[in-house]
Amino acid sequence: MISPLPPAAVFIIGALLVPLVRGNLRRVLMLALPFLAFINLVYLPMGDSWTASFLGQELVLARVDRLSLVFGYIFILIGLITTIYALHVEETLQNVAGLLYTGSALGVVFAGDFFSFFIFWELLTVFCVQLIWARRTRASMGAGYRYLLFHAAGGLILLAGIVLHVQHTGSIAFGLMGLNGPGSFLIFLGFGINCAWPLLHTWLSDAYPEATITGTVFLSAFTTKAAIYALARAYPGTEALIYIGAAMAGFPIFFAVIENDLRRVLAYSLINQVGFMVVGIGIGTQLAINGAVAHAFNDILFKGLLFMTMGAVMYRTGKINATDLGGLYRTMPLTCIFCIVGAASISAFPLFSGFVSKSMVMDAAGQGHMRWIWFVLLFASAGVFHHAGIKIPYFAFFSHDSGLRPKEAPPHMLVAMGMAAFLCIFIGTFPQYLYSILPYQPVGYEPYTVPHVVSQLQILFFSALAFALLLLSGIYPAEIRCVNLDADWFYRKAGRFFYGFMDICFNRLNRICDQWLAKSLTGAINWFFRNAPARLSTWLLMPFYRLGGAGAEKSRHFAQSIQDAFNNGAIPIGLSAAVSGLFLLLLFYFK
Amino acid sequence: MDTKKTNGKTYLFDKPQNVKRVFIFFYSALVVLLIAEFFVHKHPHFPWEEWWGFYAVYGFVACVLLVLVAKYILRPLVKRREDYYD
Repeated sequence: MISPLPPAAVFIIGALLVPLVRGNLRRVLMLALPFLAFINLVYLPMGDSWTASFLGQELVLARVDRLSLVFGYIFILIGLITTIYALHVEETLQNVAGLLYTGSALGVVFAGDFFSFFIFWELLTVFCVQLIWARRTRASMGAGYRYLLFHAAGGLILLAGIVLHVQHTGSIAFGLMGLNGPGSFLIFLGFGINCAWPLLHTWLSDAYPEATITGTVFLSAFTTKAAIYALARAYPGTEALIYIGAAMAGFPIFFAVIENDLRRVLAYSLINQVGFMVVGIGIGTQLAINGAVAHAFNDILFKGLLFMTMGAVMYRTGKINATDLGGLYRTMPLTCIFCIVGAASISAFPLFSGFVSKSMVMDAAGQGHMRWIWFVLLFASAGVFHHAGIKIPYFAFFSHDSGLRPKEAPPHMLVAMGMAAFLCIFIGTFPQYLYSILPYQPVGYEPYTVPHVVSQLQILFFSALAFALLLLSGIYPAEIRCVNLDADWFYRKAGRFFYGFMDICFNRLNRICDQWLAKSLTGAINWFFRNAPARLSTWLLMPFYRLGGAGAEKSRHFAQSIQDAFNNGAIPIGLSAAVSGLFLLLLFYFK
Repeated sequence: MDTKKTNGKTYLFDKPQNVKRVFIFFYSALVVLLIAEFFVHKHPHFPWEEWWGFYAVYGFVACVLLVLVAKYILRPLVKRREDYYD
């Protein structure tokens, strides 16, 4: 019996073998990895294993408990679904980066110490950027660089926090922390950047729509959810998270309503859904944490499903803007149905997965009598139905007929979308299976009560009514080809102004200094020291030479000969002696 | 199924009566939901949850406000030409 490996190792070793094989063999290998990883995970013992001593500290590569296990399961599951979805991709870089990205996410989740946690955390960024750059457009290159810079800054903040924390506590163990001391604040902020907190979210809405068709599905699953795991591990019950999460759930829906790029709409709704999870972690009760984790699990599936359907549309039509799409239900019926399943799940329709997890967080807020938070979350629930639940399927598959008649998505994409859609409905209909793997047992939450179903259906149907009436009355904002500014304006445009301002100030100063100090002044000094001895000697000797009765022509000739003598370093001894003597006399005279 | 081909060219929602059917179903669902609330015994966290039609009104008003704010306040503030960042 082979002893189980750390969960990350299966994907990482597998990814390194991928470039060695081609064609169908490579596909079989890539498909086998999630299964191997799952079997490996099942055989890993609960508690810490794969520990190693390192500089007097203990590294833990496999900390298996109920919290890390549920994230491990869903990461492996979405790794399988995404690999199936991406079977047509033959580019080695994308194949390898996707697997390494999955492996890094597992590494983060099962790391029991800050050292290995940080390594995997940074690897997430590295491999994620490969999936953005792999699209090889100008926009994706720019977005990838901005992503990299943003996360490099976040990583440094996290590292600074870890250093302070380790210094303070003397231990690199990663566990429950809470906000106490500067180290924990920096770590909190470092997690927040990966979690896409408000104003720190721009890397997400910037980069996710620019990645490759299959890459975006990977991206939607791992980075933010790994951050949710980290917050749930280290900061449960931190009150600040309630307000941060409420802001996250609220503000992106406004941007989503006016956004034209449908994958960017999904990116905004991703932030909105992560907001629910952050609120749940902030509330910190068992119900709330269970709700946050369950919602992360479901969100990975339904958001992945929505990104897959939009990816399929993009794969077949080459377009993703709402202005260019419409009426695709005619020739992509299955993709359309899968999209509606994803939309129903994210909107939390009864019998779909969002219903059984989002309501746990809402209920936890209600139990805590947080009325304003509850109102914001309810608003966000209505809003997410509006922009992700209706807008995405409506503008892509119905709306006006764009005249496009693309083929249905390829079979492997349909299989992947079908798996995700099946799981969305299965979890929504039989939530007890998801509930049984949540961190706190027993869950003791019953989503299917009559008042809950009726009130949820009311809010959804009347949101739909608002959409229908606004659309029919022409008030609904028409989709427009445009860029909508977001907080990234501050580094994309204001950054440019800053650059320009600095360019004018410092480069002008530099030019002036170069002109006056480097060129003129040193030139003058140089000229002075090169010519001064000859000049001085000429000035000293010339009056005496003139006294000897020499004419102007002869004097000029004499001055030239002194100059030549100094240039050549061949000064007659008599001349030197005469100059020295006269110089001494002058000194003596002016003494 | 909303996507069966009726013949080579005509699809489900190309027929106006099918669109009409969807709307009839939709409007009757709204009415049924409002009526159903009379027969539901609630266990609310907040007093306003007991008001009849609270969720319906909130959902409707929230979405209207969302769209109006997004269209008339946010869009004029943030909309730029597509090549703004290029």
